Amino acid sequence: MSRQYSVIGHSVPRIDGPEKVTGAAKYTLDLKFPNMLYGKILTSPHAHARIISIDTSEAEALPGVKAVITHKDVPTLKYGLSPARWDENIFCSDKVRFVGDKVAAVACLDEPTCYKALKLIKVEYEVLPAVLNFLTAMDDGQPRVHDEYEKNINTEIHQEFGDVAKAFAEAYHVRTDTFIGQRTYQCPIEPHTAVSMWDNGKLTVYSSTQSPHYFQYYIAREFGMDIGDVRIIKTFVGGGFGGKLEPTGLEFAGAVLAKLTSRPVRMFYDRAEMFAHNRGRHAQQMEITTGVDKNGKILVAHANFKMDGGAYTSLGIASAYYAGALLPMTYEFDNYKFDMYRVYTNLPACGAQRGHGAPQPKYAFESHLDNVAKDLGIDPMDIRILNARRENTVTPNDFKVNSCHMRECLERARVMSGWDEKKKNRTPGRGIGVSTGSFVTGAGYPIYRTDMPHASAFIRVNEDGTAATLYTGAVEIGQGSDTVLCQMAAEAMGYRYEHMKIIAADTEITPLDFGAYASRQTYMSGTAVKLAGEEVKKQILDMASAMLSLPADDLDCDDGIVFSKSREGKSLTFQEVARKHFVLKGPLLGKGVYTPPRLGGTFKGAPVGTSPAYSFGAQVGEVQIDAETGEISVLGIWDVHDCGKVINPRLLHGQVHGALFMGMGESVWEEVLFDDKGRILNPELANYRMLSAMDMPPIESEVLDTYEPTGPWGAKEVGEGATNPTLGMFSNAIFDAMGVRVNSLPLTYEKVWRALKEKREREAAERG
Amino acid sequence: MINQTITDKDGVKRYLITLNVNGDARTVLVKGNAILANVLRDELNLTGTKKGCELGDCGSCTVLLEGKPVDSCMVLAIEADGLEIITIEGVAVNSKLDAIQEAMINFAAVQCGYCTPGMVLSAKALLTRNPHPTEPEVREAISGNLCRCTGYVHIVEAVLAASEGRLSPGEHEYPREEGGSI
Repeated sequence: MSRQYSVIGHSVPRIDGPEKVTGAAKYTLDLKFPNMLYGKILTSPHAHARIISIDTSEAEALPGVKAVITHKDVPTLKYGLSPARWDENIFCSDKVRFVGDKVAAVACLDEPTCYKALKLIKVEYEVLPAVLNFLTAMDDGQPRVHDEYEKNINTEIHQEFGDVAKAFAEAYHVRTDTFIGQRTYQCPIEPHTAVSMWDNGKLTVYSSTQSPHYFQYYIAREFGMDIGDVRIIKTFVGGGFGGKLEPTGLEFAGAVLAKLTSRPVRMFYDRAEMFAHNRGRHAQQMEITTGVDKNGKILVAHANFKMDGGAYTSLGIASAYYAGALLPMTYEFDNYKFDMYRVYTNLPACGAQRGHGAPQPKYAFESHLDNVAKDLGIDPMDIRILNARRENTVTPNDFKVNSCHMRECLERARVMSGWDEKKKNRTPGRGIGVSTGSFVTGAGYPIYRTDMPHASAFIRVNEDGTAATLYTGAVEIGQGSDTVLCQMAAEAMGYRYEHMKIIAADTEITPLDFGAYASRQTYMSGTAVKLAGEEVKKQILDMASAMLSLPADDLDCDDGIVFSKSREGKSLTFQEVARKHFVLKGPLLGKGVYTPPRLGGTFKGAPVGTSPAYSFGAQVGEVQIDAETGEISVLGIWDVHDCGKVINPRLLHGQVHGALFMGMGESVWEEVLFDDKGRILNPELANYRMLSAMDMPPIESEVLDTYEPTGPWGAKEVGEGATNPTLGMFSNAIFDAMGVRVNSLPLTYEKVWRALKEKREREAAERG
Repeated sequence: MINQTITDKDGVKRYLITLNVNGDARTVLVKGNAILANVLRDELNLTGTKKGCELGDCGSCTVLLEGKPVDSCMVLAIEADGLEIITIEGVAVNSKLDAIQEAMINFAAVQCGYCTPGMVLSAKALLTRNPHPTEPEVREAISGNLCRCTGYVHIVEAVLAASEGRLSPGEHEYPREEGGSI
């Protein structure tokens, strides 16, 4: 066991708990400002159409309408994740590319007037044939979504490592399977909202965002402003899961409307508009071929994927690279080939959803691996333990793995779930499945090209030492970063959590941090916070050294007490030392900054998937299938994680539960459905079929006592990694129960029922 | 019930209604189609009542109407005229948190917090009518409140604990050092 700490490693209550349980917490939609207007965006009713004309005169004449804007009133600079793929405009000028594409916006005295005004904007469209099927989007004769992208190819990736051809030739068994992953949506409960206002040429935007700095960068770029003249303030954010990482258009349109009217403008997406804006998980076709030796050791893998990008790049170029980059993570093999086409369609753009690009490929690979195990007559658990990655190894695509307890996760899950017993004593209709997952602990390279550090923080101790405030750009969206970072600050300072306060994610007050994505904050923001705390502690010890007439290196500070390591009874409180510091030297401040080391290889796309550390995990699930109805009952799920040092156990397990819940929804129920005109059929939480409390099965989650040598106190990722095994785990449990495989997500009752029916018919035919 | 209306120059009728919110009688002038959630939030500034879908799916706008949990986005303000309404702002009394609120914090049943007010009110209604519910009863009572963060695991645990007067998991529920299992 690693050592005990006073603050970290304890389930302290969330720092924002009281505000959240009493309703006092203000989210962006709760903000009101004097003279504030309400804004809404008009979107396209067609999947693909040319804009012939836009007439806003009737809308402008409506009483209560204060401004109406179209592409003529906004900058025409395109935006997106990567300069090579900037393809999105604030408003469409020539064409609309999906049902929901942004066309115009209004600012009005109240919300009802907004809806009336939107109806009065007359847009004449010439409807064009639309690309709605990503599997045929590259075919000859298909319309082009963007004129400049031939065959609708948005991103094309071809990577090869080791000697793939030779390894396939030498393999004892080679198998190919193809799987389909569906389009899902993040569904944060809080709608996207932005309140924009100008003061003396400077813009302030309150926003429900996962990355204030990224918004600040893009808004400044779009309007040709200095970054310092744009202030983004994150309020409480009601969940993101990747969907609030990039600008939504509400900030851009709101900024223009606020400027034109010289009034604050609050804009939001309703639930259907959120689904239309989307940026959720890509639908994906995944063909996987592996070659194994006679024991089931994986020698080589080829991933050949095609992804439905929707109408814009969004964050999807990264999703496309991630899809292949993280596949060789949990199992060791040297030869690997990855081919990918991310294609444009006339559907909402896809982006980064929890586990960014990795969960569906993992589903495909894990399902495939069970098929391989069955071919060879090997237990699914054994084939995974045989291939499990070890610590201090390097993946074929040049990712360096430090701590890794993949094998121990599997072995523990085997015991917890009663795997061997259940495999031996079969119950009809019942099945058990296992799967693994891994995820980055923060991205090794920044979200846009810059040489800035990835995280920074400072701490100011109150003048009399009775409180300390952490200033960080890190973004609390529910995962608990404000709490965990305050624990880390207090631990590093030798202070108490109860006396910590935090000011986070206001670009004018807090120092730069890239925000909440890629599971980066506990590690990266945490490292910056730890350094800031240690700088405070050093000054405390120096001051105490003078006060006690003892050398500073004989002193330590823990839990608010400064004490001599060699002489008992020689101690002072943190508070009195901090006060003396202010009296004699002025403000007691500490600062810290984090930049990852140079990581990864030099091939094209090498940066995506690099990370200073990787989490690992295994999940086992047991299901019972009703052969008559296809209904799947989940009897239990067991999750074991290697996520390094745990800073707050309860918050950590909450992340595992939430990630598993989201993965379970994607496995069996959730799917964004479209009609033949590209319109979403189920843009509501009930019909999208988000899981309720009655749907959730019993979950047992455990973490191993592990230590990541590069992380703050040994910490690494957990928030997204626990989604990665879930889809494959369900697929394998259902496969085990039925003896036939459903090759597409979600694994609905209907598909299960149909697969069983076909199996029965096949067996009857064989019997003749 | 509604006895006073005013019609403006455009012929739009407004109703003078009294909402008994958290023990206070609040008189407001509303249109016939005004939604209770919007009146609470916009007229009375009780923004603890959240809006997540405006379709009655998510339960973020749950309030207690005569003690029963309802989606306030599905209720017309004029329907609530003269009725007792409890919003999340009325659950803690003089800054003293309700047992459910305290347990929600201590069991880490709160993440982003957006569903939390509705969740607290649904649980409150349950424990008022059934002080010692079973786990399935808790799950059913909060099944109209969607949470995207927690998988409901800690929420169910917190509500059950609150029903037993156990407001904190205690120091040793998770092994002190490394988390362990639950």
